[in-house]
Amino acid sequence: MPVDVQNMQKVFARPNSLTDAKSTYCPGCHHGILTRIIAQTIDELGIVERTIGIVPVGCAVFAYRWYRCDAIQAAHGRASAVATGVKRANPSLIVFSYQGDGDFASIGTAESIHAANRGENITVIFVNNQVYGMTGGEMAPTSLVGQKTTTTPQGRDPKLFGYPIRFSEMIAQLDAPVYVTRQALYDTKRIKEATKAIKKAFTNQVKERGYSLVEVLATCPTNWRMKPIDANKHVANVVEKTYRLGDLVNRG
Amino acid sequence: MGKRLLLRGNEVIAEAAIRAGCQCYFAYPITPQAELLQHMAVNMPRLGRTFIQAESELAAINMVYGAASAGVRTMTSSSSPGISLKQEGISYLAGSNLPAVIVNIVRGGPGLGDIAPSQCDYFQATKGGGHGDYHMIVLGPSTVPEAGQLTMLAFELADQYRTPVMLLADGMLGQMMEPVELPEPIEISSLPQKEWATNGAKGRDPNIILSFDLDPEVLKQMNLILQERYRQIEAKEVRYEETATGDADIAIVAYGTVARIVKTVIKMARAEGIKLGLFRPITLWPFPSQALKKLSEKVATVLTVEMSAGQMWEDVRLAIAERAETPFYGEMGGVIPTPQRILSEVKKHAG
Repeated sequence: MPVDVQNMQKVFARPNSLTDAKSTYCPGCHHGILTRIIAQTIDELGIVERTIGIVPVGCAVFAYRWYRCDAIQAAHGRASAVATGVKRANPSLIVFSYQGDGDFASIGTAESIHAANRGENITVIFVNNQVYGMTGGEMAPTSLVGQKTTTTPQGRDPKLFGYPIRFSEMIAQLDAPVYVTRQALYDTKRIKEATKAIKKAFTNQVKERGYSLVEVLATCPTNWRMKPIDANKHVANVVEKTYRLGDLVNRG
Repeated sequence: MGKRLLLRGNEVIAEAAIRAGCQCYFAYPITPQAELLQHMAVNMPRLGRTFIQAESELAAINMVYGAASAGVRTMTSSSSPGISLKQEGISYLAGSNLPAVIVNIVRGGPGLGDIAPSQCDYFQATKGGGHGDYHMIVLGPSTVPEAGQLTMLAFELADQYRTPVMLLADGMLGQMMEPVELPEPIEISSLPQKEWATNGAKGRDPNIILSFDLDPEVLKQMNLILQERYRQIEAKEVRYEETATGDADIAIVAYGTVARIVKTVIKMARAEGIKLGLFRPITLWPFPSQALKKLSEKVATVLTVEMSAGQMWEDVRLAIAERAETPFYGEMGGVIPTPQRILSEVKKHAG
């Protein structure tokens, strides 16, 4: 039977807050899913006209192209400080930063912790894929013990390079944050839960509750040298042993 | 007119920033600019404006970057080692066409140095300081009242040219008290709208603030826009002051606190029959090269006096080429040149 294109029902569409700019992410990488979830959340909350995205340095360096909202490119690691400046200048704006593990948990350590400690009313999305994707697969602060990267070719040796840093647990020790959670995207169940978490993190800001952090365990098939399906399994079977999923703080 | 108050330089700069409509101030404590931070801590919240003691100099300058992006007047202040840390953010401000005011109350260096007055950050301030092809407007006040006036001007120029502007004042100016008539406050609501600001894409396409493009041709165009703006600034914003140069045989080039000391030296020299004048750059970038070149055609000697090893001296020699003798006298490490010592240098060259 021929398909009746005129009368097809639209059951799935691009969120209005997501542009049709060409993605620069590798096949199988989770950044794309996460970008869509954020755009969908902005749509659902009806905040695109007052949302400001703070874009990092790293694989998400082009993220200012994906959203139909204003965006600011921050220096490497400084996104939480830039977000602080925007939000304090104009508290009616909804400000989110999108930061990788090198950006958020290594070079930006001070800015990340202190924005959380001040309880800035912002939303931070922290993408943990245990590797520096953009520069060529170097060790991240979050790399697992024994993980082979281009700067730990023999595997991460804790005696030389320390242990994977559980940054969200560090943030969770502070008094100010209202919501700190770790999510994953390797199957539909996790995607649904991550979507809820991101909506909560934005809603907290809209309701002026304070600082929310959503850490997302993401894959990097390219630098992990894995097929996308194997990368998904790797998160479920290996990465999650170091980084436990779930809420660490929920004072909403 | 307002009443005259006896105030410290750091307080005057802070108060002038408030009167210039600074809505967000972010800084980290460091001597000798601590009073500036403290004045803002008391007065900004009182006015419903933002004061944050940042966790670091890097955080402070990046908060400035965020507030400037949101379209408000914003400032940070520090002293030499702290300003070194801010260079990353200053480069990003310049590259992203963002207006902001940065105050450097200069102390002795390099490294940790000391906390005494110095002019040893001239290179860093006027030649870029951070990475990339950029300049910022650099204003060098010579007295406490002028520090207030130039702070007001700094905010005006920053907005007009969408560029970071630095107020470069040595520790003496920060710490010294003088009678001051504070400038009249501006009306924030009267400031022009910033159409480029990231303050919500309502009824317009999204605004993007960035200093980034991977296409060399595009980045070249972005650089050309900056360079064109710098040429405009050089053409329109040069400021300087000449004192007793009309009949001078010898002129001193000095800025900031040193220029003030030289005004005393002029009286001492003229009492001894030496026709000494002063050329004082107020904008250190753009440097008043053309005016200095003209002066050098009238005098035999142009002596540069600085509290550094001879940083501005390079710009003086570039401007003058070989039209006059260009000797130098400088002090370092926070040592302030005395009028007597400067006079003895003048006498060496006065024929």
